[in-house]
Amino acid sequence: MSDHMQLFEVFIRSRRGLDHKHVGSLHAEDHAQALEYARDVYTRRSEGVSIWVVNSSDIVASQEEDCDSFYDPLDDKPYRHATHYKLPAEVDNM
Amino acid sequence: MTTTENAVRDYAVRLGDDSLILGHRISEWCSRGPFLEEDLALTNVALDYIGRARMFFSYAAELSGDGATEDQFAYQRDCREFTNLLIHELPKGDFAFTMARQYLVDVYSVAFMAALKNSSDENLSGIASKAIKESEYHLRRSADWILRLGGGTEESNRRLQDAVNELWGFTRELFELDTLEADLVTAGIAVDVVSLRDDWERTVRATFAEADITIPEENWQVSGGRQGNHTEWLGHLLSDLQFVQRAYPGLEW
Repeated sequence: MSDHMQLFEVFIRSRRGLDHKHVGSLHAEDHAQALEYARDVYTRRSEGVSIWVVNSSDIVASQEEDCDSFYDPLDDKPYRHATHYKLPAEVDNM
Repeated sequence: MTTTENAVRDYAVRLGDDSLILGHRISEWCSRGPFLEEDLALTNVALDYIGRARMFFSYAAELSGDGATEDQFAYQRDCREFTNLLIHELPKGDFAFTMARQYLVDVYSVAFMAALKNSSDENLSGIASKAIKESEYHLRRSADWILRLGGGTEESNRRLQDAVNELWGFTRELFELDTLEADLVTAGIAVDVVSLRDDWERTVRATFAEADITIPEENWQVSGGRQGNHTEWLGHLLSDLQFVQRAYPGLEW
């Protein structure tokens, strides 16, 4: 494969009302081609109704070593969690 | 079977042959694609064509009404009985050749299937409705590759130019109507391919101009596929395609 191809992350929304989920990555020359390959590589069994492709280099990720300062302080404040609410049965996706 | 049914059966076989032979050629890229993503994409296209061949052959088998099956059309006929247009049987060549052929055929197929959708024959019209969506996607891909290869490196441009030089003489056959098809056109069943030519040529010329590719001036042309006169390449393709059924007749899995 030629070195100038870029890496893209692929997100697929499997049906209306759901959110896009990361499904994997692929190589392509540009965004337009990445979208076509995403269709061929990740939606061959009619998995999706919408595809996003994002240049992998555009993703800014938190680091493993940041875990303590990022997430720990949230754990001891249960009033921030919505776990005490009862969901009506009609709400399928939450 | 009435005379018309007979002609429709032959017409369905022709279209099935076009799909099966091109589908097989594209499938030869499976595991040999230039990179993973393109390998999968090409294999998808091959599967579209093989699915299309099945639909045409099943319909032909139904019209034959003598217990014939789609498999017999694919596996039990020899070269001279195949009636595909010659452009479909040419060896896959390099990637530029495969894409150049695909582009020429895709522009044609989109227009052809749009016209076949209006056929007074419900089965043909139904197959066309499904096929046109596939062809639109194929065209999107192949047109994209023509621009990329044409405007890419000196080598990719040269390879694409070589492919177009080799293929051009085989495109004339796409727009020929013999008596069988001309009669079916009159009956509102077949596609009048002669009427597709001007639009096809305009589109193709515009894309190649944008890709810095010159359409060859020479006026040679080859035809004969519809009459069963083929290039030397079809026999080799069939020996590959039909080997299992020839060696183990009726084998199923």
